[in-house]
Amino acid sequence: MTRNPDPAATRLAAGTPAGPADIEVRGLAKAFPGSQVLRGVDLTVPRGQAVALIGANGAGKSTLLRCLIRLVEPSAGSVRLLGGEVTGASPKALRSIRARVGFVFQRHNLVPRHSVLTNVLHGAQARHAGPRVWLQMLARDGDRLEALRCLEMVGLAHVAERRADQLSGGQSQRVAIARALMQRPRLMLADEPVASLDPAAGEEVMDLFVRLIRIEGVSLVFTCHCLEHALRYADRVIGLKGGLIGLDAPAASLSERDLRGIYAA
Amino acid sequence: MRPETSGTGREVVCDPSMVDHRLLPIRFPRVRPLAFVLGVAGAALFLAALHNTHVSLGELARGVPFMLDLLGEMFPPSLARIGPVAKSLLETFQMALVGTTFGLAASLALGILATRSQTPSLVLYALSRGAIALFRTVPDLIWAIFFVVMVGLGPFAGTLAIMIDTIGFCARFFAEAMEEVDKGPQEALQALGATRLGIIFCAVVPAALPSFVNTALFSLEKATRSSVVLGLVGAGGIGIELKVSMDMFMYSEASTIILCIFALVLVVERASAWIRRKIL
Repeated sequence: MTRNPDPAATRLAAGTPAGPADIEVRGLAKAFPGSQVLRGVDLTVPRGQAVALIGANGAGKSTLLRCLIRLVEPSAGSVRLLGGEVTGASPKALRSIRARVGFVFQRHNLVPRHSVLTNVLHGAQARHAGPRVWLQMLARDGDRLEALRCLEMVGLAHVAERRADQLSGGQSQRVAIARALMQRPRLMLADEPVASLDPAAGEEVMDLFVRLIRIEGVSLVFTCHCLEHALRYADRVIGLKGGLIGLDAPAASLSERDLRGIYAA
Repeated sequence: MRPETSGTGREVVCDPSMVDHRLLPIRFPRVRPLAFVLGVAGAALFLAALHNTHVSLGELARGVPFMLDLLGEMFPPSLARIGPVAKSLLETFQMALVGTTFGLAASLALGILATRSQTPSLVLYALSRGAIALFRTVPDLIWAIFFVVMVGLGPFAGTLAIMIDTIGFCARFFAEAMEEVDKGPQEALQALGATRLGIIFCAVVPAALPSFVNTALFSLEKATRSSVVLGLVGAGGIGIELKVSMDMFMYSEASTIILCIFALVLVVERASAWIRRKIL
């Protein structure tokens, strides 16, 4: 059995009503041929909040996250990020919204043949276009130093020269976070960022992630299957079930037992 | 499964008499009428072609002494014109190198347009695919004749022919390589607001680079071989030297040229194999 969202808890979880919202989703639906993945999701995330998105496989977590920046095109509903309309935005307007949103994938998605520094530098494509942000050897001094600083923040300045395909899984994910930082993001989305890592590397990445979010004061929405992570690292937990929000409450008010209900058939 | 052993405990024998024989597939599958007709038509086509090409083992056997005579006249190779031959050989390689380099640059541009996932428009996709097909299907010798008319006799015409031939060969492979690369890094760059060109040059091209290098080196080998024959139609290179020697029955000079061509092609093949090993 799933818990219905408690309106009071939702308000508490959503922070002060007067605060600016980084994410505003209304009636978001997504259908793929033969399956309705999202069935009208409403969601508001205020600035500075860390939200864990949980749910069984196929519940629509990744689809919801991808719909937020239209990596997957929504079938219906509206999405506003950082005050800008995402649904219906022109390609140029969409690029400028995406530029302020760091997205970390389950598989880090680094370019394997490039150096670590070049991969981080690619994050600057959020601000500039052209060959000077394609390769570190062509980059402006300021961008090279900023990329190195982003790497230093994830503890990997010493591997800047190494090829990305020579890194461990945990290191690769930290480089992907550094690339997101290079975007100077105001909002971070992470799709199962530690699912492919061993427990120690996973905790290291989540610690780093949340520490950076707290320091920079940006919002974070991450999906995960690890209920302990959801409770430990998030301010608020949202459970998706059958394409709808089946749980929305402050993490502090929940236990792992409460979360298991979202996985029940 | 119930064991069908004899009880001696020494071997497992599956008794054929226990199985339902009706389940056994037929030994030769039935041939469908269409397949039968196509098979017969194919065989008839081959036999007609065999007849019309006058293939004859007798003729081949009768030609062996002539071949031996020719080989006898070819050896020992004459070094009388080694200077001009070496110069033509160098020109041949230079045509191949310049034609391939320009051809590769054009192939990259055309290949991007001809990649379904990267092309900016379906009209450009269709046009670029059509152009590549045209460049590939018309043989390089025809292109060489065309360019001799256009820019006159000499290596420039040959270089242009090699460039077009390279585009026909490489652009298609480049497009296929770009179609097959991992979509993950592209999605990551798309997610951070990169432009289409940024995604292509930062995620697609680096991932397809090993395939590009491989294709480019094969293309250089192919261009070296084809630049040899382009001289036959006056498009520069060593081909014209070979034609003149053969036409004037100077077979010992012709053998020198053939050995030089063999050495050049071998050196280019070895060098490209070495580069391939070092880079990939």
